[in-house]
Amino acid sequence: MLEIGLGHYLTVSAILFVLGVFGIFLNRKNVIVIMMSIELILLSVNLNLVAFSSRLDDLAGQVFAMLILTVAAAEAAIGLAILVIYFRNRGSIEVEDISTLKG
Amino acid sequence: MIAGLAFYLFAAILIACATMVVTSRNPVHSVLYLILGFFNAAGLFLLAGAEFLAMILVIVYVGAVAVLFLFVVMMLDIDFAKMREGFQRYAPFGAVVGGILFLELLMVMGTWQFSGDAAELRLSPVPGGVSNTVALGRVLYTDYVFLFQIAGLILLVAMMGAIVLTLRERPGTRRQVIEDQLAREGKVEILSVPSGKGIRELGIYRPLPKPEPAPKQVSHGHGHGHDDHGHGGHH
Repeated sequence: MLEIGLGHYLTVSAILFVLGVFGIFLNRKNVIVIMMSIELILLSVNLNLVAFSSRLDDLAGQVFAMLILTVAAAEAAIGLAILVIYFRNRGSIEVEDISTLKG
Repeated sequence: MIAGLAFYLFAAILIACATMVVTSRNPVHSVLYLILGFFNAAGLFLLAGAEFLAMILVIVYVGAVAVLFLFVVMMLDIDFAKMREGFQRYAPFGAVVGGILFLELLMVMGTWQFSGDAAELRLSPVPGGVSNTVALGRVLYTDYVFLFQIAGLILLVAMMGAIVLTLRERPGTRRQVIEDQLAREGKVEILSVPSGKGIRELGIYRPLPKPEPAPKQVSHGHGHGHDDHGHGGHH
């Protein structure tokens, strides 16, 4: 029970991933919380990679996790910038209002 | 033993924080729970032996990304109560989708196994006798140097994108126009000035400052004895 193996990490990571997906459905209107849910999903992927890296004694997983961290940071910066200008133009951040590009 | 208990503690707090992130009423609370969750994820990374990544997680996520979220949440003037509409409506659907996804993940986890020659298939095995950071640095700047450069490029593009997106031209603000400044009429002259000498001793021409306007006659209601002509100050 107290012996921590790969399965424990994978379970935590799976729960985290599902919570992230659930958050996207739950907060259909609030883009900020949707972006936080995406961060949770990326964190669970990182947890997976680190767990496998630790289990296999392979550093590639940690390198990949670092790259995912980079991409997540870039995504958060760009997403929040888009959010700020969207709010400046429209005065709302509701997802359902974001249909201007439909033509 | 201790590691096992620590794992369960970190995992429990992490999952509780993730639940609070997605269900919290106030997005500010969501961000704060996200920060706590990242700290606990860093603890899990530490337990898995990825010390460098744990520290990077704290620095990058808690130090930069979560604070960025916090800024944006507090900067936007949003009626968060209105955002909650449809919360109950979407919850069952989301729970169904999440449950199916979780079951599928559990089924995958129950049946997979490592291939027999997994140990030979490793891309970069952990070298013995060095710390995690040293080992990571050895492979990151040699085997994965192109990935490293691409990561830097992604960050550069993200930075430029964020600046370009949020930069706003405000009419009516004054700003420096360097070409006008440099092309003004014959007033710019280049002189070589030895160091340690004052410009007056060298005879370098410098326009005298305008004479200061004479201080106004100040009438003191308190009736001080002296007038402060020439002092130019006030009490």
